[in-house]
Amino acid sequence: MAGLHKSDIKNPVLNWIDTRLPVLTMVQKEYGVFPTPRNFNYLWNFGALAMVVLMIMIATGVLLAMHYTPEKTMAFDSVEAIMRDVNYGWLLRYAHANGGSMFFIVVYVHIFRGLYYGSYKSPRELLWILGVVIMLLMMATAFMGYVLPWGQMSFWGATVITNLFSAFPLVGEHIVTWLWGGFSVDNPTLNRFFALHYLLPFVLIAVIFLHVAALHITGSNNPLGIEPKGPQDTLPFHPYYTMKDSVGICVFMIIYALVVFFAPNLFGEPDNYIPANPLATPAEIVPEWYFLPFYAILRAVPNKLGGVLLMFGAILVLFVLPWLDTSPVRSAKFRPLYRIFFWLQLLSCLVLGAVGAHRPEGIWVVLGRVGTAWYFLHFLVILPVLGKIERPLPLPESISRAVLGHGGGPLPGGVATAKPMEKI
Amino acid sequence: MRPARLFALVGAPLLGLVTGLALAAPAQAQEAELVKHDWSFSGPFGTFDRAAAQRGFQVYNEVCANCHSMKLGYYRNLEGIGIPEEAIKAIAAAKSVPTIGDDGQPTERPALPADHFRSPYPNDKAARAALNGALPPDLTVIEKARKGGADYIWSIINGYGEPPAGVKIGDGLYYNKYFPGHQIAMPQPLQADQVTYADGTKATIEQEAYDVATFLTYMANPEMEQRKRIGVKVVLFLVLLTGFTYAVKRKVWADVH
Repeated sequence: MAGLHKSDIKNPVLNWIDTRLPVLTMVQKEYGVFPTPRNFNYLWNFGALAMVVLMIMIATGVLLAMHYTPEKTMAFDSVEAIMRDVNYGWLLRYAHANGGSMFFIVVYVHIFRGLYYGSYKSPRELLWILGVVIMLLMMATAFMGYVLPWGQMSFWGATVITNLFSAFPLVGEHIVTWLWGGFSVDNPTLNRFFALHYLLPFVLIAVIFLHVAALHITGSNNPLGIEPKGPQDTLPFHPYYTMKDSVGICVFMIIYALVVFFAPNLFGEPDNYIPANPLATPAEIVPEWYFLPFYAILRAVPNKLGGVLLMFGAILVLFVLPWLDTSPVRSAKFRPLYRIFFWLQLLSCLVLGAVGAHRPEGIWVVLGRVGTAWYFLHFLVILPVLGKIERPLPLPESISRAVLGHGGGPLPGGVATAKPMEKI
Repeated sequence: MRPARLFALVGAPLLGLVTGLALAAPAQAQEAELVKHDWSFSGPFGTFDRAAAQRGFQVYNEVCANCHSMKLGYYRNLEGIGIPEEAIKAIAAAKSVPTIGDDGQPTERPALPADHFRSPYPNDKAARAALNGALPPDLTVIEKARKGGADYIWSIINGYGEPPAGVKIGDGLYYNKYFPGHQIAMPQPLQADQVTYADGTKATIEQEAYDVATFLTYMANPEMEQRKRIGVKVVLFLVLLTGFTYAVKRKVWADVH
């Protein structure tokens, strides 16, 4: 339906624009007065943090691309030239390389926050699914970015990971040849990975836009996992959460700066400062730390196709998580059993991360298998069953009662406890 | 239960356990533990010991450079360890680098500060042909390319000795207790008094190794001093900003708590 927008903005120039293209009204509605549950804790910073890191990654990445050469005999030297000869090139590169690690730290916290407080449950299933898509895109982008310096780990990591696709029957070999643009990881591989590494972040932005759009339809979850029932349960996003997010961003930037300026190679493998050599396999091929749990799952079964399927399955299972968890209660605060299993699942992910960093020998094989089994058991068996047998604690009547009242539980004489899935 | 208490009860012990697992030494470590030094450049305020780095350049120039290239370094980089411009010009001019003459034929000319360090061999094959099939790694970023960095460089130089009984060393290889696999193709590179230091420092193997490790760390991280200087300012600024931001946040939230 066409028609000019009736803008409330006083400034005549801005009003003129807003009448024809109401973006200012939209920003005011979505980020100004947007009603947000009043009880967020600091774990709700991590979405905003991820957005900040993405902006830093794109800014540094575009500048790096101006100096980088995606050609196999020149890529390594061009990266070192950025470090040595480009003004503040070292800052760009260290900020970008460590930004990748920081991005995953932030996003993993964001995901586990969602798991703890049941943020994936109705009506936020699609919001969650878009989040999983974002994680997949991030992984692809990070993997291809790691190949670009064309060091030993770049080359051999690319070889190992792309080779995984050869496990698929019939089409596997073709997929690998197509990924490589030839019959081994070589110059065409580097070229297309560079093109895709530049492209995917913009796809990422599009999916993030949908993620945020979906968030603004359902509204945010909150630590209590009950829906706000009225204005007394919410606060306008600005200035309350713009300020609270700012505090988190400042603290995050301190940690990020400490890494970039004082330990810039903390997350890196020394081997990646050795130029790629197709004739010399490094003693150990280790992926970046954020892939280690998945790497451990890959190696948990002695069958290549089985390992590959399990690894992809570990992510795919997240897509159906909203339907695997049968409990109507969102927040682990009110789920005494789920709370225990949440920590066990976090533990299994951390153990798998440690397993991924070690050679599959001795105890690590056992731990890898137990961790993998637990990871899937949690999602496929425990969550569906838990929802049926667990007796959740009574939910508070409303957010404002719980936050402004006496501690957490329901107030004596309360009319009725809120139903968990109740809409506003 | 409050999340904080819950974490203290369940999460923290779990995290501790995992950290323990992650840090547990990998089973395959058989190389001797590297000798750790307190380097002038360690720590957030560390800087390069100029005298050691300059002596290290002398060791590199007179010994290492006979076999090892440093392709990504420039003679002008020597400014960063305090060698004056005129001296750098003289150091560069003493080397000749390949070029194409006015007649279009390959020839050589004296190097300039803007030239890359001259490589000892025209290409990798020439290096292998001259060195029993072994290729000496380029030294530009060697400090970043080895676990342990400067400590690794120092240890390797000091790690030569007789192999333990029963250990067989291949033809043209040498025993080194810090080298992965213990068999290294490089003969012991530095001896006592191999170089004569102009500043009168006694040239023990340990001293030479310390100096050259300092120099190589500089070459791998020429930005380090600037990086740390800026880093201190950035972190201080952010700490202040965090304080102010938190104060504003408290004020904004004061009326809704």
